[in-house]
Amino acid sequence: MLMNLFKFKGGVKPPTNKTQSLTLPIAQAPLPSRLIVPLHQSIGGTPRPVVQAGDKVLKGQLIGKADGWISAAVHAPTSGTVLEVAMHVQPHPSGLDALCVVIEPDGKDEWIIHGPLDYAAMTPEAVREHLQQSGVVGLGGAVFPTHGKLTASKTVPMDELVINGAECEPFITCDDLLMRERAEEVVRGIGIFRDLLQPKKVLIGIEDNKPEAAAAMRAAVDALNEPFLVVQVPTLYPAGGAKQLIRVLTGKEVPAAKRSTDLGVQCFNVATAYTAWRAIAYGEPVVSRLVTLSGNVHAPRNYEVLIGTPMGELLKLAAPHPDTDGIVMGGPMMGFLVPNEQVPVVKATNCLIAHSDRVFPPKAPEMPCIRCGACAEACPHELQPFELYWFSRAKNFGKTQEYHIFDCIECGCCSFVCPSRIPLVQYFRFAKSEIWAREREKNAADGAKTRFEFKQLRDEREKAEKAEKLVKVAAAQAAKKAAEAAAAAAAESGAEAVETVAAPITAVDAEKEAKKATIAAAMARAKAQRDAAPARNTAAVTIEQQHAIDDIEARRAVLEPAPQTSAAPPAEKAE
Amino acid sequence: MFAPAPFLLKNTSVSQVMTQVCIALIPAIAAYAWLVGPAILVQLVIATFTALLAEAVMLYLQRKPLALFLPDGSAIVTAWLIALTFPPLAPWWLIVVGTFFAIVVAKHLYGGLGQNPFNPAMVAFAVCIVSFPALMSQWPNVGLQASLTEQINIILGFSPRVDALSGATPLDAMKTALKLGDGGVDIAQLLANQDIYGNFAGRGWEWVAAAYLLGGLWMWQRKLITWHIPFAYIASIVLISGALWLYNPAQFANPLFHLFSGGTMLGAFFIATDPVSGCTTPRGKLIFAAGAGLLTYIIRVFGGYPDGVAFAILLMNLCAPVIDLLTQPPIFGMKDEA
Repeated sequence: MLMNLFKFKGGVKPPTNKTQSLTLPIAQAPLPSRLIVPLHQSIGGTPRPVVQAGDKVLKGQLIGKADGWISAAVHAPTSGTVLEVAMHVQPHPSGLDALCVVIEPDGKDEWIIHGPLDYAAMTPEAVREHLQQSGVVGLGGAVFPTHGKLTASKTVPMDELVINGAECEPFITCDDLLMRERAEEVVRGIGIFRDLLQPKKVLIGIEDNKPEAAAAMRAAVDALNEPFLVVQVPTLYPAGGAKQLIRVLTGKEVPAAKRSTDLGVQCFNVATAYTAWRAIAYGEPVVSRLVTLSGNVHAPRNYEVLIGTPMGELLKLAAPHPDTDGIVMGGPMMGFLVPNEQVPVVKATNCLIAHSDRVFPPKAPEMPCIRCGACAEACPHELQPFELYWFSRAKNFGKTQEYHIFDCIECGCCSFVCPSRIPLVQYFRFAKSEIWAREREKNAADGAKTRFEFKQLRDEREKAEKAEKLVKVAAAQAAKKAAEAAAAAAAESGAEAVETVAAPITAVDAEKEAKKATIAAAMARAKAQRDAAPARNTAAVTIEQQHAIDDIEARRAVLEPAPQTSAAPPAEKAE
Repeated sequence: MFAPAPFLLKNTSVSQVMTQVCIALIPAIAAYAWLVGPAILVQLVIATFTALLAEAVMLYLQRKPLALFLPDGSAIVTAWLIALTFPPLAPWWLIVVGTFFAIVVAKHLYGGLGQNPFNPAMVAFAVCIVSFPALMSQWPNVGLQASLTEQINIILGFSPRVDALSGATPLDAMKTALKLGDGGVDIAQLLANQDIYGNFAGRGWEWVAAAYLLGGLWMWQRKLITWHIPFAYIASIVLISGALWLYNPAQFANPLFHLFSGGTMLGAFFIATDPVSGCTTPRGKLIFAAGAGLLTYIIRVFGGYPDGVAFAILLMNLCAPVIDLLTQPPIFGMKDEA
């Protein structure tokens, strides 16, 4: 496969530490004592729970319904009983709680009725819908709902479909073993993506430190007679970053502000392709994934693990050494220490590394930046990390945006090479989250301002209306008086007097009617806006709260069935 | 409880960087000591002690952790650069004053490591050449036949500063001769007849300069510095000196002479490349160094000082922040828009 490869600037070469976990084939992890399945396992809307405590569930049964298009369904990883639907600590550095379905396995691992789909007869829409309902998300770590990436741009032709088997992070080998052992299913999954996107070329990128995986993939591609190209790319962290791999294979650079489809290219992880194939060919939703167990352990290995397995319980399979003092989820460059051992394996969990000072020596104290520029040399997005560092430190967030902080992919190359041991990525995360927080605050303040101004407007209008009413009453009384006076005075001049007074009254009435119409329109617009923007504080609610909300919504629907529909059409025109 | 990702770090540190800069200076120091005289070693020792003492006092006064900052090696690099730019037989207190000023004022009063807008070593040189012009212009004569003990005695002031021991630098001597000759002196004759000139520049000094070049190339190969600054600095000196030399070879020395005279090589590889006070973007580095090269030539040929490296680099230090601001490179995916 001779093809012209491109280079991305920067990158680093940390020790790969991959051989430890490659000596044994993939093993099936035993059923854990219980499964904690978070509902929010993908980018986008939080799926709504459709089971409650006490329910019996079967393996593969829907437990969380996708909420909106960018969201993916969640399924029971095994058969058993739902113990609770409650808040549990998430595998996230913040240690935040989120809604989880806790299942006690019954040990039977009994599947729900499922079977292969008639793929040939399915429309592209049906395939996407099915992938969403099967919970297929990007298993490279970003967990973006896969169906959402399977629509080609209407204006830009799809040139290349890039399949990511680079796996550049040290320690992690789950994609390597997946390609070695299940290459055929991966290639068939890629075929589905190809069918939906209709690219001109399909390029499968694998780092050149995985010759066995590349050979297996080549054999599978040949066996299935597919025109896919298996390309070995130079081992250089972060070659497995989607944007870096796209650059290496196609020469295209996708900036933060653009979508890759706008440049005619789309990228999927090999494990995602595998799960997509399982979903179509067997009707199996995503209930498990491959996880590498490595680091400070006796027996590093890759396991097929049920989603929801508590990490501490899983890591025991690899027999961690007694000095293990934490679990890193992900690789050593971008991973994070999980808050505790109870947090569950999720769809984004590709690797667990037992942490100890022996595996990851404690860092030397931070020194001042000497502007040596090593970080800028290492940055794969060609940013100036030391400048971003100064601005982040000074909380000069406007400047951080000018220096493209949101193009930072947090790969950690800058921190890796910094001689002053500055945790640069942390500074950038801080700056980004501050900017987001300010944006939210500003939006909230803008909303409040709009509401206040509307209230003021309404008050003024009401005042004006009151005044008008008084004027009208006074005018009517004056007219009445005048009429009486006229009637009392003489009959000959009466008609004239009535006419002159009656004319202004009709003018006032017409003006008032016009105002009323404007007000009604404005109120309809405001209501439509409120309806269009769903309340955001319902993103993470408990099952009880959800029930309460549902009840209220039902009552509301009974009480006021008409106004919502009648208010909608003018609002659309207004926009 | 734990430091955040990345959990793996490259084996590097500030002190490693500084140590490598010192190692890169060793060939030049050896050549200096061998060809010009061992007095430089004494000056290096005095400067190092002064720098570490001043650094320790300043760190203590600012309540900064001594154990972390004192071994970072930055003060030693400054001290060595000062010693290498001062006359080797200068009285001991001169280098003490220079080093003290560099560490206390130019470095710590501006905020310490990584914060100084000016190169501390060049500040020391500028302060001393303005304050003590005579002492800063006395360089040992060629073929100086004095033992180490005699040289130490001169530095420490135990022996009288015999005028015969000291003269002008090759650069300064040429400038003076051209000025006195008032157009009647030919550079080719000067280079051929005067004892202080060697094969292509100052006798002895030309090889010290070559050793700086060697050390600098090693730093480039080790990726401590990029090619931009040395290249642009040397290229701009070659261009301007070459142009004037072609215009009038009798009155303007050739580019080779300028490259291997005075502080050109030291400036190109060790001083202009200081990332704290210089530019950091690729284009910025080129502009910064080209400007420094041009100013160096103008000051040393048309100005009143024996060499122009120090003032040229300090002047460009002033411009560095603006140059950096205006030369931000386009980032990944945004090259078409730039």
